[in-house]
Amino acid sequence: MLDYLAQIRSLQSMLREKKISCTELTQAYLDAMERDNPKLNAYVTATPEAALAAAKQVDEKLARGEELAALEGIPMTLKDNISTKDIPTTCCSKILEGYVPIYDATVWKLLKDQNAVLLGKTNMDEFAMGSSCETSCFGGAANPHNLDHVAGGSSGGVASAVGGNLAAYGLGSDTGGSIRQPASFCGLVGLKPTYGAVSRFGLVAYASSLDQIGPITTNVEDTALVYDQICRYDPMDSTSKGAEGNTLSHLKDPVKGKRIGIAKEYLEGLKPEVEAAIQQAMKTYEAMGCELVDISLPALKYALPVYYILACAEASSNLGRYDGIRYGYQADSYLNTHDMICKTRSAGFGKEVQRRILLGTYVLSSGYYDAYYKKAQNLRGSIVRTFREAFDHCDAILAPTVPMTSFPKGFTSQDPIETYQTDICTVPVNICGLPGVSIPCGFGEKGLPIGMQLIGNTFGEANILNLAWQFEQATGGEFNKKVEGGLAL
Amino acid sequence: MSWELVSGLETHVELSTNTKIFCGCTTKFGGEPNTNCCPICIGLPGTLPKLNRQVVHYAIMAGLATHCTINNVSKMDRKNYVYPDLPKAYQISQYDKPLCEHGYIQLDNGRKIGITRIHIEEDAGKLVHEHGDTFVDYNRGGVPLIEIVSEPDIRSIAEAREYVEKLQMIMKHIGVSDCKMQEGSLRCDVNISVRPEGSNEFGTRTEIKNMNSFTNMEKAMAYEYDRQIDLLESGGKVTQETLRWNPDEGITTPMRGKEDAHDYRYFREPDLVTIYTTDEEIEAIRQELPELPDARIARYESDFGLPEADAQLLVKYRKIAEYFEAAGEGLANKKTVANFILGQIFRTLVTDEEKENGAVAIPPEYLHDLAKLLEDGKIKMNLAKTTLDKMLETGKPCTDFISEQDMGDIDEDTLRTICQSVVDNNPKAVADFKGGKDKAVKALIGQVMKQTRGKADGRKAEAMMVDMMNDME
Repeated sequence: MLDYLAQIRSLQSMLREKKISCTELTQAYLDAMERDNPKLNAYVTATPEAALAAAKQVDEKLARGEELAALEGIPMTLKDNISTKDIPTTCCSKILEGYVPIYDATVWKLLKDQNAVLLGKTNMDEFAMGSSCETSCFGGAANPHNLDHVAGGSSGGVASAVGGNLAAYGLGSDTGGSIRQPASFCGLVGLKPTYGAVSRFGLVAYASSLDQIGPITTNVEDTALVYDQICRYDPMDSTSKGAEGNTLSHLKDPVKGKRIGIAKEYLEGLKPEVEAAIQQAMKTYEAMGCELVDISLPALKYALPVYYILACAEASSNLGRYDGIRYGYQADSYLNTHDMICKTRSAGFGKEVQRRILLGTYVLSSGYYDAYYKKAQNLRGSIVRTFREAFDHCDAILAPTVPMTSFPKGFTSQDPIETYQTDICTVPVNICGLPGVSIPCGFGEKGLPIGMQLIGNTFGEANILNLAWQFEQATGGEFNKKVEGGLAL
Repeated sequence: MSWELVSGLETHVELSTNTKIFCGCTTKFGGEPNTNCCPICIGLPGTLPKLNRQVVHYAIMAGLATHCTINNVSKMDRKNYVYPDLPKAYQISQYDKPLCEHGYIQLDNGRKIGITRIHIEEDAGKLVHEHGDTFVDYNRGGVPLIEIVSEPDIRSIAEAREYVEKLQMIMKHIGVSDCKMQEGSLRCDVNISVRPEGSNEFGTRTEIKNMNSFTNMEKAMAYEYDRQIDLLESGGKVTQETLRWNPDEGITTPMRGKEDAHDYRYFREPDLVTIYTTDEEIEAIRQELPELPDARIARYESDFGLPEADAQLLVKYRKIAEYFEAAGEGLANKKTVANFILGQIFRTLVTDEEKENGAVAIPPEYLHDLAKLLEDGKIKMNLAKTTLDKMLETGKPCTDFISEQDMGDIDEDTLRTICQSVVDNNPKAVADFKGGKDKAVKALIGQVMKQTRGKADGRKAEAMMVDMMNDME
């Protein structure tokens, strides 16, 4: 039994040293999925054949004595909104029922080219709209730390799988916190990269100007390792810039003298146990020789409405294409084309998605555009400036990831506005296109993990991962706690 | 009361780039349905557009050719509407920052028709109704278009037609589009209103969508002009609405409310970055722009002394104009070359398309050689004409039909001998002539020409033979 959370580096040395074959490793994960997925509901599609085929290639390579690439042979998962050729990609929506992409997302192509072992596609809130994974048409994913609680969202399935040892790492997407929040809820590390660092080609769009793919892993080093492999410039994505991919080599840089910004705006309305954990983290950094700097982010109060207006506006346009004509679900009976489109969309989209499409359509409508969309765009500019100015005074900003720990199941369906407010700490990073990493920093009631966020300046991934790694070292990795069950090896 | 027509046109022109505006698919017209498509142009989930820079280049050419200002900073926007031929449920277009603005086209009467803007956008697919079912063909989806929006400066149906013809000629000339109305690579929406002659106010306008031929455009405008006047004169009001032209019944009908009442919810396309174009790039494009039709026509008139109508006919087809210039290269008299082209050569190019393709049976050098012989006085016009016909028939150079002997003058004695023998051998024609039929001499000249293979000087031969016949008893 592997009673600790898997680490990419240790798995790869096991493979290199031939302590285990890639086929055996993959089979162990597949067995664990069979055993534990009914409890966690992390996976919505398992791909055992493809996984074992990739594993076989790796074993042949090892037999020939060839070197392995950075992520070669490591069993992993993808959120179900990342397009995978010949493998269903549903966004956990009924409307994409039966849709099988005919092309690969760029990130998946990059990993597939180095024989990453895809175990399956993981659960998510429908079209990444939600904070609990419960808007999924397959039902929510459970938190490996407490099965009565949610894994978070929207990349809840990735977090549930990685936290439950059903994958060594996974790729999620983050539009308003969808990587960092579930990572925080499940005691994992999750990086939302700088906008443009990772190609969006093949990521089913929710809000194009905010979406970004990133890793969820069990520790900081793995996040750096995965990020370095996927931050490539992609000519297929006009907003792609790519990044140097040198974060791994900077993990161990000294952090003494680095200035960490603390904004009071981020510390309001936190659950006491979360506030205590953040205070403790500040002390840890001070003890490491970092300087805590008070910064002010006055525009932060607009972040939530700005996010929901812009994200919904873009979503209303991005989701217009699901009309039942070319792929996916189509209503059974209808009078004419128009009726077919209406019936397909009414039955194919869940309640939350419909709410956001309506909201987005409204804020873009003539007569309301200036009052909502245009104003939100202007405020987006103010928020960007606020952060730019803040980074004149500090090297990174420390903030909670979520004001609380994981919700009990069923909590979020009660009041949408209250649920939206839980995104308060994560959305500013998306609005500004900045990188943010969530790392575990404590435990709250019922043993539920608490996460904290390090926010960096544009393309400052190396810097925040360096600070995150040093924190993990300084705290002995005590927050990356083992979970029940585990992987039989 | 007399009513003035006021009209402005929105013209969609398909650009003739090799590939589509946001993906690498071919833009070829025709092809089996849904074969020129890829995940990007059918808008599969997760795909992203990638702007074809050639489209920007062509649009700037179109802008410069119509005297527009080119914006250094431009952007793409989404125009949202649901229709089965639009696979993303939005068209990527340009809303408030078009590539080109503030241009004009000058009509022959000297009036300038203002061009408000030219923007780039993607075309939609096509619905095909067959066997009681509706199918969608996305081959055309993502083909690049420019939309050229005119000011409401047009004052007659004839001006509207001339404006579109000029536009068509310019676009073809600079090579950015083939502008084939029948294939839909040029389509017009016509905005039209009427007002009392002398008024400065605009009346309420209607918009007639998708005019795909000049005939339909003229008929629809005439109908709509009369309809609006009838309405106003009977005390009614014109409703601002979108109309469809029904060519079978010859009437305009309002489009259904749903198609009409659009709120496009424009917003910036987040998947594409700002389009920057430097002054240097714009200047470079200006430099590579071929001479524009109007300038070319003026030059043919002033430098070559061609009549305006002839110049216009040559310039109407860019390849013909180029053929003309190549054939006339180095010749003093371009008029002869123009006449050969507009006469004998045009008779072999029956359709517009053949003229457009410049599909002349002989290369311009062959025509040049023939015209040169004529210019140097080595052959006469008659011989040149018959030779050109043979050349066009066979595709061979003139030297295949004209011998050394044909060239060079016939001396006076030889001509006299030939004339004498013709007179001697055609007693009937001679009798006719002497009987007062002056025309009979023409038949005799024909005989002389035949014997000299067209080389004889007709007038000289005529004078000789008239003298000979008058001398006869």
